[in-house]
Amino acid sequence: MNIFTELGRFILMTKDMFSKPENLKMYWKELMHQCVEIGIRSLGIVIIISVFMGAVSALQTAYQLVSPLIPLSTIAQIVRDTVILEFSPTLVCIVLAGVVGSKIAGELGNMRVSEQIDALEIMGINTKTYLILPKILAAMITIPMLVIISAVLGILGGKLAAVATGIVSTSQFDKGLFQYFKPFNVLFALVKSYCFAFIISSISSFYGYYVNGGALEIGRASTKSVVVSCVLILLMDYVLSSILL
Amino acid sequence: MIEVKDLKKGFEGKAVISGVSAIFQTGKCNLIIGSSGSGKTVLMKCLVGLLEPDSGDISYGGKDFTTMNEEDRKLLRQQIGMLFQGSALFDSMTVEQNIMFPLDMFTNDIFSKKLSRVNEVLERVNLKDVNNKFPAEISGGMKKRVGIARAIVLNPKYLFCDEPNSGLDPQTSILIDKLIKEITSEYNITTVVNTHDMNSVMETGDHIIYMYEGLKEWEGTNKEIIFSKNKKLNDFIFASEFLQDAKDMRQLEMKGKIDNNRNMDEMLK
Repeated sequence: MNIFTELGRFILMTKDMFSKPENLKMYWKELMHQCVEIGIRSLGIVIIISVFMGAVSALQTAYQLVSPLIPLSTIAQIVRDTVILEFSPTLVCIVLAGVVGSKIAGELGNMRVSEQIDALEIMGINTKTYLILPKILAAMITIPMLVIISAVLGILGGKLAAVATGIVSTSQFDKGLFQYFKPFNVLFALVKSYCFAFIISSISSFYGYYVNGGALEIGRASTKSVVVSCVLILLMDYVLSSILL
Repeated sequence: MIEVKDLKKGFEGKAVISGVSAIFQTGKCNLIIGSSGSGKTVLMKCLVGLLEPDSGDISYGGKDFTTMNEEDRKLLRQQIGMLFQGSALFDSMTVEQNIMFPLDMFTNDIFSKKLSRVNEVLERVNLKDVNNKFPAEISGGMKKRVGIARAIVLNPKYLFCDEPNSGLDPQTSILIDKLIKEITSEYNITTVVNTHDMNSVMETGDHIIYMYEGLKEWEGTNKEIIFSKNKKLNDFIFASEFLQDAKDMRQLEMKGKIDNNRNMDEMLK
């Protein structure tokens, strides 16, 4: 299948997702279930990554700032901006592409192979609306939240590492943290996280939903969804940075 | 009643069904039989709308399914129940939740009413104390029965069964066959069963269609199939050596050469 066929199929899948739900209560239940699966279940890995990401960022920034002319509070400023602008939205979303993306592709692939999707179709349920739309909505609700949590934890991790190793004092770090703060950076991080959330959930749903074959193809679909999502996240990261910054 | 007229379906230029016409009658077990690759699964998938036919008509109770819009199809599908080859139960749900799912989706009944209906159909398929078990915790035969229970929970007018006996032992197969036959007459539904199991054919075949290379080769009942003169059908139904022996016996019997005091081995020498 060439890239244009896949693209066309992807657009049709996205279009078909928007149909009238058979029972709103069931769709709401599914949305909440997906919010738990995508958001709450990814919280652990996001916390671990964010704290260490901030800590390493602080240590490496301090290592590179050798000039005595640059105030030490600049370390906090750099940690804050790199975490908000790049590390939290992009790095966390790349990890989520692996964690959430492979799970979605695997789940839908298994449902396709074991005829569960056919069973839903025969019941008269629009499977794209029932299975894919809640996943995309849940990702777009929870991933920006995870990115904000990640940014806060990243900065805290940076502070913890910088203060614990004696690079800066708490007051110096806090001073730098609020220096030249641009609220737009948070908005930029949120715009990125919304775009990345859509990429992760829709690409993995696409590869999972259209699995054809058996267990081997489910594995392949999971891998492909992660690879394509990561490449598209990096591409979108560049596009958004060049447009919005 | 389901009526199929000159149905054709192919993939990548290769015809899989080359013009099949048939009538599947209400209150009867209509069987589609044939060897692997004969097109019976594709025919069933076209019937339920999982595949779009290239040409031909399918009508449910006089309503043309092939030209129906999506909304009407959705409504019709609520009258269709299907038992899949692998049962297709939702892994993440318990037996009770699996059967209750169509009720949750298409009715506004209160929980107690839905639960009572679930227990009623579970009882009908002779299952007890499995409500809270997950599909992975029950046997293949039980999965099939849960699949049947889920298929009939909305009182469908049409029941489709795709190879209901695959992967089951002979005794459980007979139980499933009997259950499908009983449900068909009890609910007066149009049942279409896709099988290549000869026990099923003899047990439930009120109306049988034999498919061969994408065409309807033969049509009749389970009483007529054994005495059919169709060579392709005979090759299919007497494929096993045991049945071939039985066929030879039948010929001997017809010629009046059977001595009831001798055993089968001696007679076939």
